[in-house]
Amino acid sequence: MIEIKDINKSFGSNQVLKGISGKFEAGVTNLIIGGSGSGKTTLLKCMIGLHHPEQGSVEYDGREFTTMSFEEKIEIRKEIGMLFQGSALFDSMTVEENIMFPLNMFTEQSRSEKLDRVNFCLERVNLEGKNKLFPAELSGGMKKRVGIARAIAMNPKYLFVDEPNSGLDPKTSIVIDELIKELTEEYNTTTIVVTHDMNSVMGIGDYILFLHEGKKFWEGSNKEIAHTDIQELNDFVFASRFMKAAKGKF
Amino acid sequence: MNFTNFGRYILLLKAVFRKPEKASIYMKAIFKQMDFIGVGSLGLIAIISTFIGAVMTLQIAFQLVSDFIPKTIIGSVNRDSSILELSPTISAIVLAGKIGSAISSEIGTMRVSEQIDALEIMGINSPGYLILPKIIAGITMVPLLVIMSMFLSITGGYIGGTLSGAVSAAEYVQGITTDFNPYTIVVALVKAFVFGFIITSVPAYEGFYVKGGALEVAQASTRAVVVSCITILACDYIVTQLLL
Repeated sequence: MIEIKDINKSFGSNQVLKGISGKFEAGVTNLIIGGSGSGKTTLLKCMIGLHHPEQGSVEYDGREFTTMSFEEKIEIRKEIGMLFQGSALFDSMTVEENIMFPLNMFTEQSRSEKLDRVNFCLERVNLEGKNKLFPAELSGGMKKRVGIARAIAMNPKYLFVDEPNSGLDPKTSIVIDELIKELTEEYNTTTIVVTHDMNSVMGIGDYILFLHEGKKFWEGSNKEIAHTDIQELNDFVFASRFMKAAKGKF
Repeated sequence: MNFTNFGRYILLLKAVFRKPEKASIYMKAIFKQMDFIGVGSLGLIAIISTFIGAVMTLQIAFQLVSDFIPKTIIGSVNRDSSILELSPTISAIVLAGKIGSAISSEIGTMRVSEQIDALEIMGINSPGYLILPKIIAGITMVPLLVIMSMFLSITGGYIGGTLSGAVSAAEYVQGITTDFNPYTIVVALVKAFVFGFIITSVPAYEGFYVKGGALEVAQASTRAVVVSCITILACDYIVTQLLL
């Protein structure tokens, strides 16, 4: 479980996050949603330590992260897996080497054990046999799946996913969403997904935290999100013609 | 602004020299960088050094036209110029262009494509993993390249001098073997060590803090070469002043 309390973050005079709090449970898919510039990715980066909030705390199962030393943070980070928006695969490495990288760095397993783990992870994301391909040879959806395979290689307790559907077609987006949900439930990870994709929200949003202009406006589940009186949330949820047409059917 | 950059450069170096997560991985990366910096630059340094040596001989011969000056002086001036200045400094400036831009754009691209963030999230000290192997490869391979450059520059002088008839083979050989001071080699290697550090660490710094996209990576790469060259020349003066 990850708990954030009163997170504030500014860049110069621009305050991006204004007192955000929330609790993200293990085994469910937690979503942080909001429009562009609402502070979603900044909040995610504050939670994983890529940004330093001016105020507030981030607790990983009761362990306060923001005040930890560099060495202590590294120990927490070994329990974190992350899928980046652009996948962030290492260009100069093959798919196999990308997934094996954290295993090489932090385990003393033999090469065959590591290879077994790589093949298991690739199988888990339906990419068996793609070991020797380079990232440049993969489609956007395949890159995302390799990114997920790398993220789960070390059996993470916490999984962060930044915009998993950006640049993907609707069908591939659903495949990625389903995969994230399955992995979360299978390994009981605390999964936090940053997205503005309404298909993801309605499909896998067990717990949703809605941000607007750097503030938390609403929290709840995908079953509740279509039935609120919050204008800002409704503007976001029913922005598309499709969602407007479907309003009342949820 | 420059003080800010210098401060960040020092802080980056502090992070670079943290204890490596796994020595075997770093060793592999060091050998890979040695191959890139050392073996990959052999041809370029060989060609440049040979031609510079040959041209130096011709120019010295052109300038020292006097019956009172023995032609053996051409060899000794070429030898000392090559060892003390031309081999270390020209090699370093050429390498700053070749290696510096590659390092800066490699790390810069990793930064803008979030690969460095990915390393951080995995719990890896990204400055150490990305920059330390390059610095170690730089401070070991640049001195070796400079030694080769000294030899080829003097050999180039021999070839250029004898082919053009500016100096006879016997006079040239007598020149390069007369009054040789081995301390000049020490000075040259100290310079090469310092330049090897600059050539790798300055571009790494420029790449590591890139923000933006392809344009900013390219700008950082250009800045890396310019700053490296200026720093090399400044350090060349300081080392020469201190050691000679």
